[in-house]
Amino acid sequence: MSVSVSEAKPILCVDHVAVRFGGLTAIADLHFDVRPGEILSLIGPNGAGKTTAFNVITGFLKPTQGEVRFQGVPLAGLKPHAITRLGLARTFQRTSVFANDTVLENVLIGLHREGSGRLIDAIFNLPRERAAERAARDTAYGILDLVGLAHRADEMAGALSYGEQRLVGVALALATRPAMLLLDEPVSGMNASETQVFVQLLRTIRARGVTILLVEHDMPMVMEVSDRIVVLNYGRLIAEGPPAAIRANPAVIEAYLGKSAAKAAEQEAAHA
Amino acid sequence: MMRYFPLLLLVILALLPLGLSDPYLLNALIQTGIFTIGAMSLNLLLGYTGQLSLGHVAFFGIGAYVSALTALGFDAELLFGWRVVHEPWPPVVGFVLAVLIAGATGYLVGRLSFRVRGAYFVIVTISFAEVVRLVALNWVELTQGPLALTGIPAMRLGLPGVGEMIFRTKVQNYYLVLAVAALSYLVVMRFTRSRFGRAMRGLKENEALALSVGVNATRTLTIAATASAAMAGAAGSLYAHYFRIVDPDIFIFATTVTMVIMVVSGGKGTLAGPVVGGLIFGLLPVALRPVMAPEAQWIVYGAVLILILFVMPRGIVPKLEDLFAPRRRKPMAAPKPLEAEGQP
Repeated sequence: MSVSVSEAKPILCVDHVAVRFGGLTAIADLHFDVRPGEILSLIGPNGAGKTTAFNVITGFLKPTQGEVRFQGVPLAGLKPHAITRLGLARTFQRTSVFANDTVLENVLIGLHREGSGRLIDAIFNLPRERAAERAARDTAYGILDLVGLAHRADEMAGALSYGEQRLVGVALALATRPAMLLLDEPVSGMNASETQVFVQLLRTIRARGVTILLVEHDMPMVMEVSDRIVVLNYGRLIAEGPPAAIRANPAVIEAYLGKSAAKAAEQEAAHA
Repeated sequence: MMRYFPLLLLVILALLPLGLSDPYLLNALIQTGIFTIGAMSLNLLLGYTGQLSLGHVAFFGIGAYVSALTALGFDAELLFGWRVVHEPWPPVVGFVLAVLIAGATGYLVGRLSFRVRGAYFVIVTISFAEVVRLVALNWVELTQGPLALTGIPAMRLGLPGVGEMIFRTKVQNYYLVLAVAALSYLVVMRFTRSRFGRAMRGLKENEALALSVGVNATRTLTIAATASAAMAGAAGSLYAHYFRIVDPDIFIFATTVTMVIMVVSGGKGTLAGPVVGGLIFGLLPVALRPVMAPEAQWIVYGAVLILILFVMPRGIVPKLEDLFAPRRRKPMAAPKPLEAEGQP
């Protein structure tokens, strides 16, 4: 499962970010880099600050201190849509689709910036506009093919199963042609075989040159797909490394299972 | 079935004056048509972006005043002693200016209020309409105040080859309004089916998700407000050149409410909604006039509205679409066992 990850400059730097809501510290001091082309997972128990970190990176929340840089560009003060336009796309944990539109329309909304069509072109229905529409449709079908939803193109997105809605969310994010994709618990609500298909999809997306940052609770899936893992607890980074190292890290085991489990694991390791 | 409905309605409306000579009915139809254009413009904003403009009549009234003043000419001090003497221009120039200036005010109101979401836009539009009404009432030198602008010339259209057409009779004005309404319908259709329309729908359905796919909310909503106000301005211009008189009462709140009722009862966010709602609520007073006094008509008016929204909460057109297009209501088909494209 060793994949060569370029040691080039990081594509995303989360530089000593803290987020406090009044007296509550959601993130104390988060610091990690994502390298181009890797699949990095952000894990941690519930309430550890994972989704908050996501919201800071994508501009939905302002950090109290620290900064996030994407491809060297500081994201401070940029609105979410502007960050997306830089090539950093995300999916959401819960509702991730435009429920009252067809799956194809969903992707077309994601593609709304494709082509140079102007409003005047659309109102006069110029050939240029029609060509742009056709091109957008082709692109949309291409993306749906990639995520395996082409046969669902004309269904209402809200009528799909949760697992399929997650795929629509990914298709939407891909429609913005991201250099990096942030996925917030993409396989929750999926069964084991759907998860396997999704893991394959992640690898396909990565093979196309898209860096992936994943927040996920499904540990077997995280261990299988990640190149590196960053572990958060109580808004602090407690471990960082490849899956094997994380699995054996006492601090991580303690965070998830409590102190006694960590001690037991340590003793087991000593006896082995 | 639903696809041919708009075309069918257009043909019926185009043939209507042939069998109809009652000037009262024609007048009611023209008035209904003008306010239906206003409702279509409101639908662009309320129906497709979910933003409620409760001062929509301001754009309508600005269109009417701009068009009237362009055609009548004026001699007034505009700003800081800057006196402008304007010679009368052809009404058609007034129409174009009405569209442009109403659109520009829509842009300004949108820019001011769409930085934040929620009630701000509603409040700004209400206040804006009130401010414009007060200006029209008190800037007597320009607008004649409560004395009204009178003697506004009828719309004239110079067509190459045909010569100049003057829209003086009711039938002529009927066709003028019908043409502008059909054009507005087409513009709304093209607009909402374009990528701008998709961005608008995305914002309405799920703003966070729309932002995450790169939709610029402020810009998209401002474009919608501009187009909506421009179209309302066109309706206002038609009003001015048909009734030939414009006074500050054009800005009354009830007119906005009428347009909102037309949109909501017909179906927000549907192309045909404001047309259906506009025809019903525009012509209801005509149908009720022989049987009851105006005061009682208002009660029936309200009762019909409540009834429609009780039976069809989303409006008439979405309900009809459900009835005639059962495809979307069917539970989704079971996944086919063999898919040509396979899984990735």
